[in-house]
Amino acid sequence: MQSAIPGASIVSLRGVGKTFDNGTVALERFNLTVREGEFVSLLGPSGCGKSTALRIVAGLSGPSEGTVDWADTGRAGNKSIGFVFQEPTLMPWRDVAANVRLPLELSHAAGAPAQTAVAQALEQVGLGEFARSYPRELSGGMKMRASIARALATEPPLLLMDEPFAALDEITRFKLNNDLLALWQRLRRTVIFVTHSVFESVYLSQRIVVMTPRPGRVFTEIAVDAPYPRDEAFRTSAEFAGFCRTVSATLSQAMMGGVR
Amino acid sequence: MKKNRLMRIALPLLVLAIVVTAWDRTVCVFDIQPFVLPRPELVLTTLIADRSLLWHSLLVTLGITFEGFFLAAAGGIALAVAFNQWRVVEYSFYPYAVILQVTPVLAIAPLLLIYLPQPLAVLACAWIVAFFPVLANATLGLNSVDRNLLALFALHKASRWQVLWKLKLPSALPQILAGLRIAGGLSLVGAVVAEIAAGSAGAGSGLAYRIAESGYRLNIPRMFAALLLLSAAGVAIFFALSALSHLALRRWHESALPRDY
Repeated sequence: MQSAIPGASIVSLRGVGKTFDNGTVALERFNLTVREGEFVSLLGPSGCGKSTALRIVAGLSGPSEGTVDWADTGRAGNKSIGFVFQEPTLMPWRDVAANVRLPLELSHAAGAPAQTAVAQALEQVGLGEFARSYPRELSGGMKMRASIARALATEPPLLLMDEPFAALDEITRFKLNNDLLALWQRLRRTVIFVTHSVFESVYLSQRIVVMTPRPGRVFTEIAVDAPYPRDEAFRTSAEFAGFCRTVSATLSQAMMGGVR
Repeated sequence: MKKNRLMRIALPLLVLAIVVTAWDRTVCVFDIQPFVLPRPELVLTTLIADRSLLWHSLLVTLGITFEGFFLAAAGGIALAVAFNQWRVVEYSFYPYAVILQVTPVLAIAPLLLIYLPQPLAVLACAWIVAFFPVLANATLGLNSVDRNLLALFALHKASRWQVLWKLKLPSALPQILAGLRIAGGLSLVGAVVAEIAAGSAGAGSGLAYRIAESGYRLNIPRMFAALLLLSAAGVAIFFALSALSHLALRRWHESALPRDY
């Protein structure tokens, strides 16, 4: 029961490299250890291999070299990872509840427990009233909420999010950031969050992993040790601005070829 | 919006009225004989007078059309699924599906009539013409599934069957229905072509045969009446399939949603 101790490693990537068939080196000697219950962000410019790293963690893509090590209980079967894509990626022919039910269906969970899990997941993201709506009837932010509800439906200990709010307007993004943090504090899932926004990464995470552009490598890690709950007051605080300044400066160093 | 709708119904009717009147006037003014060009009124009276004969022929042709259509739909979708599931099958058979499609059916029909009993040959023609659009559209649909949704299914270790049944087929439904809509009209074309190529008389003769036969007998009004029935049948098939498509997609697909502009 090592993983029950807060701070125990849930997954670690060691010396992971990924070269695509066309010769592009997306990742090189990438090291990352994620601890139980942690909110960690991967920050870097577009095309730095953040998404590739996330897909390797999810098992959607195999590393060309290096290893991905799971803690014993980290990946018991398939239901322990929730994945949120850049786009809502909902099935337009299913209503919201049926979309959220999909992961349960695929693992042959059905009946009343599945029904309850779906209702609970929808309630958690504030979409309880929209269970019967079709995706096309929802706004961009609501579609993203539905997508998050789907990722939560199987109650995975690990939630992977690939720039989920990048396509949303700022007002909606702030709202979803707040709701995501509230959800994280309540559920205590481990979250790996990919973003290219300095502000978003500082606002959300306990730890920011800054990556270099192609090939993607870890440039450095920055701890954001501001206390939770974080809210609008934090977003406008000097402390927040200070962290953003540090992270921005680090990111531009990483962009300039990794000279520290 | 309402005005627009009215125009969409009124304008084609207006065009029809003008053309029919012009046709009628031309026949009268130039005193054209009925065995060259009958007056519209004569076509209608012929349609009524020969109704039992024509109705029977219509049923024969429609029967073949529907059989051909259902076989084409089932065969086209089944083949598309097989192509999608096993690359080897696709590589082996796709070229022949294309060859079957690009060879004019009118040229294949006489051969089929030698090897197959006539009703079966006619059915085969209807099938050959109709199945390719179903196959091509269904293949396109099955291959255009959202990559992220495929990743999601993979993440949850979905079986091949689950991916096909819960993701690929529903996602391909709009394209499959588009293929069926084309196939409906084409199976009528296939049936007509084969009937004309067959050309032999018999109790089970369809509308196309009636047209050919009336042509030999210079019974031009009956040719027109049969032709009218054929196009009415084609229009009915198209509308039935469009309605089916609309019913299936109205909740979710862009093509079935009301447009604002």
